[in-house]
Amino acid sequence: MRHIISVLLENESGALSRVAGLFSARGYNIETLTVAPTEDRSLSRLTIVTSGSDEIIEQITKQLNKLIDVVKVVDLSEAAHIERELMLIKVRASGKDREEMKRMADIYRGRIIDVTDATYVIELTGNGSKLDSFIQAIDGGLILETVRTGISGIGRGDWVLKV
Amino acid sequence: MTMMTGAEIVIRCLQEEKVEYIFGYPGGCVLHLYDELFKQDKVKHILVRHEQAAVHAADAFSRSTQRVGVAMVTSGPGATNAVTGIATAYMDSIPLVVISGQVATTSIGQDAFQECDMVGITRHCVKHNFLVRDVRDLAVTLKKAFYIAATGRPGPVVVDIPKDVTAAKCKFDYPAEIRLRSYNPVIKGHSGQIRKAVQLLAGAKRPVIYSGGGVILSNAANSLTRLTRLLGFPITTTLMGLGGYPGTDRLFLGMPGMHGTVEANMAMQHCDVLLAIGTRFDDRVISNPEDFAAVARKIIHVDIDPSSISKRVRVDVPIVGNVPDVLDEMIRLLEAERERKDISEWWAEIEGWRARQCLKYVPRDDAIMPQYVIEKLWEITKGDAIVASDVGQHQMWTAQYYKFDKPRRWLNSGGLGTMGVGLPYAIGASFANPGKPVVCVTGDGSIQMCIQELSTAKQFGLPIKIVNLNNRYLGMVRQWQEMFYSRRYSQTYMDSLPDFVKLAEAYGHVGIRVEKPKDVEPALRKAFVDHKDDLVFLDIRTAREANVFPMVAAGKGLSEMILADENL
Repeated sequence: MRHIISVLLENESGALSRVAGLFSARGYNIETLTVAPTEDRSLSRLTIVTSGSDEIIEQITKQLNKLIDVVKVVDLSEAAHIERELMLIKVRASGKDREEMKRMADIYRGRIIDVTDATYVIELTGNGSKLDSFIQAIDGGLILETVRTGISGIGRGDWVLKV
Repeated sequence: MTMMTGAEIVIRCLQEEKVEYIFGYPGGCVLHLYDELFKQDKVKHILVRHEQAAVHAADAFSRSTQRVGVAMVTSGPGATNAVTGIATAYMDSIPLVVISGQVATTSIGQDAFQECDMVGITRHCVKHNFLVRDVRDLAVTLKKAFYIAATGRPGPVVVDIPKDVTAAKCKFDYPAEIRLRSYNPVIKGHSGQIRKAVQLLAGAKRPVIYSGGGVILSNAANSLTRLTRLLGFPITTTLMGLGGYPGTDRLFLGMPGMHGTVEANMAMQHCDVLLAIGTRFDDRVISNPEDFAAVARKIIHVDIDPSSISKRVRVDVPIVGNVPDVLDEMIRLLEAERERKDISEWWAEIEGWRARQCLKYVPRDDAIMPQYVIEKLWEITKGDAIVASDVGQHQMWTAQYYKFDKPRRWLNSGGLGTMGVGLPYAIGASFANPGKPVVCVTGDGSIQMCIQELSTAKQFGLPIKIVNLNNRYLGMVRQWQEMFYSRRYSQTYMDSLPDFVKLAEAYGHVGIRVEKPKDVEPALRKAFVDHKDDLVFLDIRTAREANVFPMVAAGKGLSEMILADENL
């Protein structure tokens, strides 16, 4: 099953590679991984999307907690949460495709943030499946480049991951 | 406060930690450190002949005393040579601080001479590691290193120090205590869980206690012995747990697992309640996890490391906490408990398995049986020597036939299985236990992996007794080739073994060759009595194709043991 694991870790050099290295060393899979410092610069917040049986997820959580640089770990998928991903997609937009591409971007509530006479760069946010669906919906032959950030997640309501 | 150089700070920190010995090897990037070592005499440096041995010796220092072992190596090749030692300690949860030199901060990343990314290389085989880029962080980092190494589930910590940091100056301030917001090991076991465990134990009809290295590491042998005797339960201890419960006691079933006894394995497989303490259900113990889990039994698992619990086997009552505290709490509750199940039927069944005498071997007049050597070694040392072993058949025979009654007497590489540890382990243990007999049981393959340390032993006059069970084979691999590869002995015979007696003599030691069974005992006496103060290398020519039994083949269930008499 797919899980979103949120980690608060010391913003130290090498801390990210400890986390990434743990996943490769123990054979856990990483679908996406995002990381950036929090409002407290001494801490980074990391979101990992992974999948595995309950036993594997339990081990992942425990092994993450065992890393000295890791302050807190929570499995967001255990309760109500929000997940978002940002995608920048560069598409060919000329002739009849130009109008159609604009319409598709509007439907998906994307924004065109760069324009040339032959291309658009569209910015799109949402959960992963919304971004997948956009890629499916447009003509694949028109895609020049896609850049995705991976999932960021946060708990709903009062559920807070803090030191 | 006076200003100090980084090198002075490192040595002062070691003094503050009351480090008596460090094991190491100098080099370019640690010159400042070695200069400071030279200027003082509180911290004694033991010069080894290869960095791997420095880490192994520090590791054995810790194994035999519980104190944090310390090693010091230079950058680049010094650091990479240390990696096997670090990984060995990591697998067996041994607290170490390894200080490695690094090229100057201005050279890092430039492919400088003797540069390697030590923090990157060791990331997967340390509990934690640090690269100290600023001399102002040095003292607090070393404090953290000792704290992290020794607390929770112990392990090695590497502190990589660039050369310019050892030259830079700052004020010295060593914190008395340290707190880390990201590291707070759970010490106290959950009292509700302990109560639940005690109820299960009191109601058990076919109980077994299965304990491991965690009992040794946490100094819980006394608590374990009290608990076991209070309950009157059978107990089996893993390779790493030997000595955690007296090996000569009636309740002791021997070791479980791949080369465990029939009674231990059958009891593990057929019990209704299994009390696992400081152990991790690894593949050499439970073999096939599906087969192991196929039996309905309740499992209580006590361990300091939450990630050890339910990793390979689902457990019913997990208890995360410091082992001796949890055991003492169990004892307290059990002493108040009146109700106790009669387990005499279970014991009768176990005695039936024990009557199988699975460790019996056929002595020979024409060849020395390795098992016999270990039995005699046990007799002559009265079972109270510190025994360091290498890795292979001789390791298993020692574990089976040397009955350890006390903890911290048995030093071996259980997790990583590192050939070559034996001699450096004996060296480290000798410094930690002056005056105590220290034995290195080894084989003709293993001993050659760190044989250069005979020179270290000479330099420091260490009276180690080396028992080389020389069968002219890489015996354990050969055994597998015999049993599972139709006797195709691929690369398990060495064509040109050295004359070990002459070799020992060349290093300035006493060498004795033993070729007949009747000479074993006199030779051991000669080594332990006549040459009490010398290092003696006993090159014992043993039966060439002796095998370690019982054996559970890889992937098989614990009850599918191959016994010696089925395989003659």
